[in-house]
Amino acid sequence: MAGWLDRLRAGLSRTADSLASVLGRPLDARSARLLEEGLLAADLGPETAAEVVAAVAEAWRREPALRSGGAAEVAAAVLARRLGGSPWRPDWSAAPLVILLVGVNGAGKTTTAAKLAHRLQAEGHPALLGACDTFRAAAGAQLEAWATRLGVPVVGGQPGADPAAVAFDAVAAGRARGAHAVLLDSAGRLHTKAHLMEELRKVARVAGKAHPGAPHERWLVVDGSLGANSIEQAKVFHEAVGLTGLVVTKLDGAGKGGAAVGIARATGVPVRFIGVGEAPDDLQPLDPEAYARALVGL
Amino acid sequence: MFAALSERFSKVLRDLRGLSKITEPSLEPVLAEVRQALMAADVHFRVARDFTERVKAACLGQAVTESVTPAQMAVKVIHDELAKLLGGEARALAARRPLRILLVGLHGSGKTTTAAKLARHLRAKEGVAKPFLVGADIHRPAAIDQLETLAAQEGVGFLSDRASRDAAALAGAALARALAEGADAVIVDTAGRLQADADLMAEVVRIREAVRPDEVFLVADAALGQQAVDVAARFHAATPLTGLILTKLDGDARGGAALSIREVTGVPIRYLGTGEKPGDFETFQPGRMAGRILGMGDVVSLVEKAQATVDQREAERLAEKMRKGDFDLEDFLSQMRQMRSMGPLGDIMKMLPGMGGMQVGAREEGMLRRTEAILTSMTRRERRKPDLLNASRRSRIARGSGTQVADVNAMLKQFGQMRDVMRMMRGGKGKELMRRMGGMGGGGGFRPPGMFR
Repeated sequence: MAGWLDRLRAGLSRTADSLASVLGRPLDARSARLLEEGLLAADLGPETAAEVVAAVAEAWRREPALRSGGAAEVAAAVLARRLGGSPWRPDWSAAPLVILLVGVNGAGKTTTAAKLAHRLQAEGHPALLGACDTFRAAAGAQLEAWATRLGVPVVGGQPGADPAAVAFDAVAAGRARGAHAVLLDSAGRLHTKAHLMEELRKVARVAGKAHPGAPHERWLVVDGSLGANSIEQAKVFHEAVGLTGLVVTKLDGAGKGGAAVGIARATGVPVRFIGVGEAPDDLQPLDPEAYARALVGL
Repeated sequence: MFAALSERFSKVLRDLRGLSKITEPSLEPVLAEVRQALMAADVHFRVARDFTERVKAACLGQAVTESVTPAQMAVKVIHDELAKLLGGEARALAARRPLRILLVGLHGSGKTTTAAKLARHLRAKEGVAKPFLVGADIHRPAAIDQLETLAAQEGVGFLSDRASRDAAALAGAALARALAEGADAVIVDTAGRLQADADLMAEVVRIREAVRPDEVFLVADAALGQQAVDVAARFHAATPLTGLILTKLDGDARGGAALSIREVTGVPIRYLGTGEKPGDFETFQPGRMAGRILGMGDVVSLVEKAQATVDQREAERLAEKMRKGDFDLEDFLSQMRQMRSMGPLGDIMKMLPGMGGMQVGAREEGMLRRTEAILTSMTRRERRKPDLLNASRRSRIARGSGTQVADVNAMLKQFGQMRDVMRMMRGGKGKELMRRMGGMGGGGGFRPPGMFR
């Protein structure tokens, strides 16, 4: 993760530099605006940006000698608090633990499913993949290619098959084979499509018929390069299936994934993992503090 | 598209109406709101700042004329600046045949799906007879299978090489074969790549050299955030872009990223991906978009549509009543029914002034039916004189229409606001519009008939 944080810092350095020059002086209207713009440039969204500006201004009022470093600490603390969450501690007693991955098209669900399976296997938890995306052309083939590469069993269905039926089969197979975790990769869907959200609810419901309590985790996979709209996405998915975690992908780009803060803020759902590259190992647990500090250039 | 932005702008327009004189201090809060609206829509912060600076300069520099109120003038300035931001006229596709198109972009932006949609579009609208798709994504597992499946569905040619480890050589060879087979358009689908990934950006340069494309389209997710500008600028630097294809516009993304890309790189928006079906693809029309964003509606399109369906005499009568400000619930009902005869609500709503911010779907259709139920549960006399509606009558109407008293109240309150706006609109430019539209719209910022929550 260190490498990724360095890259994130590098990407942010220009923002961070301009923030440093702003934070070195007492906060006035102009520097408050510059601070806000720097935060907005990281996709933090107007609400969070305003909150950080207010916190910094308040810190200044209490301690006029405060300089940029201290002010940035104040900002980082606000962001870390907003991100919140404690590390993910899976409850293996319910094995197989069923994790349903949901999200809009192109967020990186299939890749995330594969990386997660890889990670769990490496930690000694045999995993099984369920290819419930029967809509997108060759989505099943994509997951199978990953499965073969990583040596993870996969259960799929014919193109156009009922994704809920595939989910049932995958969970049942996971039980029969003694898997510790079953990862269900669902088809991408825009949150504005009511019928597709209904389909997703059905997948969750039917998975529960194959194994009590399933899906135990319902994680939203979010593209870290998206802006404020990802907050909207998260709200609707949360409403539909009751999210228990977030996975923010593609953070190895210039995307700062600041929208993750907005999502955590709007839904109260913690970020579980971040995707920082294309290799199987590039899925990492999130350290809220380190991430928040990187966002403000510390 | 741009729906939320539009919603924010209708508030700006309302604020503007209260402006009696244009001075720097009086303009300041309005401009702050404009900037906020742009930023909330993911417009790059620098673009948002420059935009408000230009609006300010233009507003202050305008000579005051008798016939135009300061508010109207400010609206026009904002409209014109927005139109500039969106980029004047739609650019036509390169005329050369066989046409060579290269698609590039980030991971998951929708390049493969777009390739197939574009092939279909070329055949349907651009007179291309034999398009070919070339799969040059050698990185993502099964990407080539996905393209092949889509090509088969569309019945267009497909070429790739699964054994190849060199995307540029693959693309060059496939192109040559496609041309030999008589292709008159070749679309090359490439792997998703991060703009910061030097190796993959070098690969895209090599692919371009091998293909020598007439059009290079950056395929971008409409929900892209602040980094959109950096993405576009770096792709543009690596391989000059000729256009932008925005995808996933069937979501509720605010599209601010697209505005920023156009402004910073000068690369125009060319096409929009608007759904999962292969036909959900359209040419971008910048001219009409500025009005929609401002909540002024795409009145041109709406008038065209209305002329075909609306009862002209009834429309004239309603417009006259609206102008006089004695519009009652009876007229409201009539107007609502006229509007519904024009087709699916969602399509109309997008063109209506002040209503661009609304998500129109099954729920809104339901609300409209509910409003109609409330209205028809009133007596004619009540509709003529809404003042008659005391608590007891309201509760009867609620029972009769299967709604709650709160719903009845909300509907009446909204009707009251609408009537206020109509009174405000008396005189000025609204008149002409209303005469033609039969009172379809009105000023910006209020909900359409029957749309209350």
